[in-house]
Amino acid sequence: MKRVVFSITGTVLGLVALLSFKSHGHPLTTAAALPSAGLPAASASPAPKGTVPTGASPNPGTRTSASSAAASASRTLAGDAIDTPYGIVQVQVTVTGSKIDNVSFLQLTAFDGRSQEINSAAAPILLQETISAQNSQIDTVSGATYTTDGYVQSLQSALDKAGIR
Amino acid sequence: MRVAALAQRRVVECMGTVFSFDVRAPGVDHATLDEAEQWLHWVDRTFSTYRTDSDVSRLRRGDCSLDDCAREVAEILAECSRLAADTDGYFSAYATGSLDPSGLVKGWAIERASDLLVSAGSTNHCVNGGGDVQCVGDASPGQPWRVGIADPAVAGAIAAVVVGTGVAVATSGSAERGAHVIDPHTAAAPTALASITLVGRRLAMTDAYATAAFAMGAAARDWVEGLPAHQAFAVCADGTTWTTTGWGTP
Repeated sequence: MKRVVFSITGTVLGLVALLSFKSHGHPLTTAAALPSAGLPAASASPAPKGTVPTGASPNPGTRTSASSAAASASRTLAGDAIDTPYGIVQVQVTVTGSKIDNVSFLQLTAFDGRSQEINSAAAPILLQETISAQNSQIDTVSGATYTTDGYVQSLQSALDKAGIR
Repeated sequence: MRVAALAQRRVVECMGTVFSFDVRAPGVDHATLDEAEQWLHWVDRTFSTYRTDSDVSRLRRGDCSLDDCAREVAEILAECSRLAADTDGYFSAYATGSLDPSGLVKGWAIERASDLLVSAGSTNHCVNGGGDVQCVGDASPGQPWRVGIADPAVAGAIAAVVVGTGVAVATSGSAERGAHVIDPHTAAAPTALASITLVGRRLAMTDAYATAAFAMGAAARDWVEGLPAHQAFAVCADGTTWTTTGWGTP
């Protein structure tokens, strides 16, 4: 295979263990951040604590940090909270102009062990996919099947608010 | 640190998963991305086993004949038969008991979507559908695509990286959605491997081979060694890994 170089690097990406769920059987809320190189430091991102009751009506997306209308200003926008069969998913994006700087979770609830498995497996990969164009290590990821529909819907609504298409 | 090339991105939700287009310079116009997106939705409408009105669903019920279906249905079924012969029956459109060509359809849809971008003038892009990846050209001039392989044991971690120009990368495993590959010979979910990644050039075949190799379990190693133009990286159920002998060779 000419011009193909493979390398095995062990665990190279700083995307490990983004999500931690405390127990089974209870709706949990957690927030995850992307500690990827090249992105604003978000590893200490404020994890909104508190539990979202099952069946609670999703919060409307809110603009969490106002900024000037200047295109160059960094803005943080919350997507809609999307109720999915696997739990509630709500993401927050930080954008500068039309560039996505970061994506993090405001809500990622899991109602059972299976949901946790799906969310914890898919969510970091989805985040990775979203920002991969700006990630210096990896362009894309093979091997993760994305099943969190809510992630995409919430992200899209946040991007709509940011005026990014 | 690499500087990411200016990229056009589009994310499409389809076939119960997420597809992403990442088009590097030279870019394509929006109409081309629209067309690629519509293609994926057409494939879903035609081949989905979850949609009762799809050609494949009607065919399964005996409500119509192959002649009544889109010509691509016959094309896919013929390719499934060829792949079954190629893989000693480990790839089968009848693994679940009734007709289900889904194991080929997604990779084929991605490969065709990529071809569509090539026809529109794109020489560098990457199409990822639910973790199966068709790359064309490079990520940026002189920088091959870097495709991380998800670690099946650690959510969010990368077990290996494929670096290559114009590579197709497909991973089959049980971790991400639970067992969804069935060994057609035993009708049971294979357990020897946690995941196996095949690297080739054209995703339809590479993806089908990854599915077959996963079903083979330990025997996949010798089988992939004998495959032309394919390499494999496997994570075994016990956490050990292996690669084919050509892996890592420039």
